[in-house]
Amino acid sequence: MMLNFEHKAVNELEKEGRSAAPLFGEAEVVCPNCHRTLKESQAEEMMMTCLCGHHFRIGARKRIGYMTDENSFQELFEDIVSTDPLSFPGYRDKLTKARSMSGEKEAVLTGTASINGVSADIFVMDPGFMMGSMGAGTGEKITRLFEHAMEHGLPVVGWTVSGGARMQEGLLSLMQMAKTSGAVRRHSDRGLLYLTVLTDPTTGGVTASFAMEGDIILAEPGATIGFAGKRVIEETVRQQLPKGFQTSESILEHGFADMIVRRSEEKEIISRLLRLHGYGR
Amino acid sequence: MTSRPTSADYIYSIFTDFTELHGDRRFGDDKAVIGGIAWLEDIPVTVIGIEKGHDTAERMERSFGAPEPEGYRKALRLMRQAEKFKRPVITFVDTSGAYCGIEAEERGQGAAIAENLMEMSALTVPVISILIGEGGSGGALALAVSDRVWMLENAVYSVISPEGCASILWRDTAKAAEAAAALCLTAQDALSLGIAEKVISEDRLGTDAFYTSLRNDIVREIRALMEAGDLRENRYMRFRSFGGYQS
Ligand SMILES: [Zn+2]
Repeated sequence: MMLNFEHKAVNELEKEGRSAAPLFGEAEVVCPNCHRTLKESQAEEMMMTCLCGHHFRIGARKRIGYMTDENSFQELFEDIVSTDPLSFPGYRDKLTKARSMSGEKEAVLTGTASINGVSADIFVMDPGFMMGSMGAGTGEKITRLFEHAMEHGLPVVGWTVSGGARMQEGLLSLMQMAKTSGAVRRHSDRGLLYLTVLTDPTTGGVTASFAMEGDIILAEPGATIGFAGKRVIEETVRQQLPKGFQTSESILEHGFADMIVRRSEEKEIISRLLRLHGYGR
Repeated sequence: MTSRPTSADYIYSIFTDFTELHGDRRFGDDKAVIGGIAWLEDIPVTVIGIEKGHDTAERMERSFGAPEPEGYRKALRLMRQAEKFKRPVITFVDTSGAYCGIEAEERGQGAAIAENLMEMSALTVPVISILIGEGGSGGALALAVSDRVWMLENAVYSVISPEGCASILWRDTAKAAEAAAALCLTAQDALSLGIAEKVISEDRLGTDAFYTSLRNDIVREIRALMEAGDLRENRYMRFRSFGGYQS
């Protein structure tokens, strides 16, 4: 993996479960929760979680490796990418940088895979690509995935991570919220299952569209999940935010998620839920 | 924009017998959203508007037109009612965005907007949305997944406020004007992107002639939509077409 951290603050690196690679020896990761230093291989064995239970942010490819059966992922729509429709200042450079840093062309990967032997269409967002921001390429890939799933009678499982709509695409990015929601609704009308897994962070326009539209909504422990940004809320209400505000645990308590699932158990629980809906027979 | 007509002004000037209905039947009645049933000439319609209020006291009461989840849920309840009774829906959108607060988040602001987007996409009755002032991001879109989107000449529609955009991108809110230009948020921009079908002149804004002309336009469009084919399919394709990608 290319390591290029020059633009990132240390705590951002920690959230992603990475630290600058040492010159010699194995790369280490520092847990932002308990501040323990782990060898990368040790964290890897625990699917990039810490002994304290913290779930590191992970890239889409790595997640697909954890969540789907070996070599079962067949990527779809991989050539769809956002352009720069509004000629927004600096956006082209940002896209180029995001592509080289994440190794992905868009903020989401879409395709078909099997999960403990059950076929499903999946989408997985990538925090390394502009923090999973939703542009027209992202929205188009997700919309096509739902249309593909309808054609093939498949359920959709989606892992969300996003800072929200991609402002460099202006209104066109906002419209992706309506576009993807329409596709979710059509898929739903066919009686097909849509399951979302909210991961850290899921916010803004993605929360206010397909992330919250699942028939069943799972969340990884400790993830930030909300609509408005914490800092904006703090500045608006001028009071301290309650402890645990906008976390998976809090949205479960308020009734907006079905369960919190540890990464190590996700695959098992997802495949069980798929089978309970008649898939994989 | 404080002296511009608000949703209530449009509703009482364009429709007759507007009968306001309250509450989301879940938790409360958000005064930032008004809605009810009225006559549009001889057609019973459901009308919903985000209301900013006129004087300071009313503006406070209506949270300056920033709906809480209950506002979106009230709107959805009224749209489902419209679906049941086959009434066309007209929405007036005027908000800087969904309400930003602790309780709004805890009661599912994101989930409320998401549900509206999904459910509006499936309505089989005609839906026209008119953006009369501010169209602030998801909080505006949640009432605008429509067959036709019209904008007042000086209305704006944006994914983020220019100030927010400038502060995130350039860490400098003074660059808001620059951000506004880059975001392409004017009615003309929306028209050229196909996101709005019509720009409404403000030459006689707020006069009887203005409302009469707008009423005539709405009546004509609603009648045309009532005769149009599969509204739901067309509405899906309308939003489906919004791109800015290559494959
Ligand atoms: Zn730890």
